[in-house]
Amino acid sequence: MPDFMRLALDSAATTAPPWLQDYLRAGRQRWEGSALPTRKTEQWKYTGLQALQQSYLPADMGATVLADAGVDLADFGGFRLVFVNGHYAPEYSDGTLPAGVSLVRFANADHDQAARIRRHLGEAVGREQPLFTALNDAALAEGVFLDIGASARVEQPLHLVWVSGNQGEAFSVNQRLLVLCGEASTASVIEQYVGARSEQQSFTNGVTELLVEAGATLNHYRLHQEEAAAVHIGRVHARLGPQATLNSFHLALGSLLKRVDLVVDHCGPGAHSEVNGVYLPRGNDHVDYHTCIEHRVPHCTSTETFRGIIGDEATAVFNGRIHIHRGARKTNAQLTNRNLLTSTRAEINTKPELEIYADDVQCSHGATVAQLDEMSLHYLRSRGVSRARAQVMLSFGFINEVIDTVRCDALRDYLRVLLSHRFARDPAFAQVAP
Amino acid sequence: MLEIENLHARVDGTDILRGLSLSVKAGEVHAIMGPNGSGKSTLGHVLAGRPGYTVTAGSVRFLGQDLLALETEERARLGLFLAFQYPVEIPGVSNMEFLKAAVDAQRDYRGEKPIDAVTFMKNARETCKAVDLDPAFLKRGVNEGFSGGEKKRNELLQLMLLQPRLGILDETDSGLDIDALQVVARGVNSMRSPERAFVMVTHYQRLLDFIEPDRVHVLAGGRIVRSGDKSLALELEARGYAWLEDEVA
Repeated sequence: MPDFMRLALDSAATTAPPWLQDYLRAGRQRWEGSALPTRKTEQWKYTGLQALQQSYLPADMGATVLADAGVDLADFGGFRLVFVNGHYAPEYSDGTLPAGVSLVRFANADHDQAARIRRHLGEAVGREQPLFTALNDAALAEGVFLDIGASARVEQPLHLVWVSGNQGEAFSVNQRLLVLCGEASTASVIEQYVGARSEQQSFTNGVTELLVEAGATLNHYRLHQEEAAAVHIGRVHARLGPQATLNSFHLALGSLLKRVDLVVDHCGPGAHSEVNGVYLPRGNDHVDYHTCIEHRVPHCTSTETFRGIIGDEATAVFNGRIHIHRGARKTNAQLTNRNLLTSTRAEINTKPELEIYADDVQCSHGATVAQLDEMSLHYLRSRGVSRARAQVMLSFGFINEVIDTVRCDALRDYLRVLLSHRFARDPAFAQVAP
Repeated sequence: MLEIENLHARVDGTDILRGLSLSVKAGEVHAIMGPNGSGKSTLGHVLAGRPGYTVTAGSVRFLGQDLLALETEERARLGLFLAFQYPVEIPGVSNMEFLKAAVDAQRDYRGEKPIDAVTFMKNARETCKAVDLDPAFLKRGVNEGFSGGEKKRNELLQLMLLQPRLGILDETDSGLDIDALQVVARGVNSMRSPERAFVMVTHYQRLLDFIEPDRVHVLAGGRIVRSGDKSLALELEARGYAWLEDEVA
């Protein structure tokens, strides 16, 4: 393993609380004993890691002022916790925690809390730990444990923001989020990654574990809005108990390199997941989503819809795996991935992967790549709309259908404005009734 | 206003229009009738500049300009409007946004600022009422899941909001019941003016009971084979098209 992370790992080892030290050691051992994946590694065939050839220093909070860095913090009307370059930023955090929710920063955990975190940390990811999750363990100095009590009904979204600010030299940020939704609870969690508007180089490794216990419902959102030279290699790993529901929405604007692995483990009968996402790389961006829907037990359902618009010379990867284990009968799993290429130099590599070892299941998948529909363009132009604007309207329409699946009203409105600006449209008119 | 001379056009390698000539003056309403496959819809598509419809000979002048040299959107901004026989469904793009983009594009062409949102919404809702379309359709995706009749009313809504100089209605009457037909007729009649012309492409005489044409033309084999006043339409209704096709042959 090249030692581009050595300084950051040494730094984490000196700041991590004692009860995390064995995680760090085990993670570091696995990380340093492995080689970086290459294009010959199946999971990394279309995503190169040249960006990791330089050294990344430990992140310091420095004097980053978000307004100066061009970062606007969104307000979704609930509790908000902000980290800047991996460090808790109380001056930007606000709101009060709703009843039934406990939030602990790893750095602040007392004895009992530490025990609870240790009990659940790594539970979703499991023992066959992916390499970059081992790296996350190895650098684990700070993390967030969101503990939603049994039967709690949390209406307002819990909003976590990770900001990559300016630091000068390239730096790395390690984030860990552990969410435990107790039995029959309901909650919404928004993970938002934003970056300074600059050419700052950074490498973020954000690992999130979602434990959704029996009968609980978690609405989860993960927004990747870092741009320019930011690198993010992250993972979301969810584990669903009996009758549990996960609704997970993903957004990735492009940057130098974004790779997100999403795994949803249906571990209890009757569990249900709905996973939706959009990715919008442009320029020289690269975005890679690897999703894996595991059906381990009978009577679970899953639907997954990802759409991408790839512009300019950008590249994207979508790998959607559905794995139906032996005995997971009465499974119903659906997957679609649609892509729009708005330039002849844009590239998408999309691959659905089905592995089915059970009988009596329903499973469907589809992946398409297309250009904008000529007849729709003509129709808009026949009313006087220019070709360029018609293209923008149709592109937005293509992803607007996925934005409509966002259940949190404040977030849906936010996304519509964000993407309208990106597509230079009037958000007030972009709303489409179901 | 519209001068079509000896127009020849080809679709998918087949010659559909073969020497069509037609002159429409401001203030007039023309009806173009003819059997299936005679080239009626092709005429509308060629005038609107639909991709895949290639003009091989002839000329079209619209308001003094060479129409065929203009892009589709330029033709629209100049005041040409085609009500589609089969309007396109565009999920994800709201009807309201589509309408405002269209209105603003034409205002921009005239050197005017975009219409303010409140005024536009008010206009759009009132026009919905005039064409008997639930304003809830403004928030739906463009034509998404609309019935045939709703799509036709949505075309009429656009026609009324855009106030073009020339409206071409491509079989707008097909598939409409008598009430819907009257809604369309009311809309068109309310827009008739000395500055505006209409070309109505239709298979049946029925529409002409409600919108009285100044001229009626019969299209067969890609050319206009007979022109007359509205009594020609009645004659066609009584005798069908076969006698004309025989005569031409």
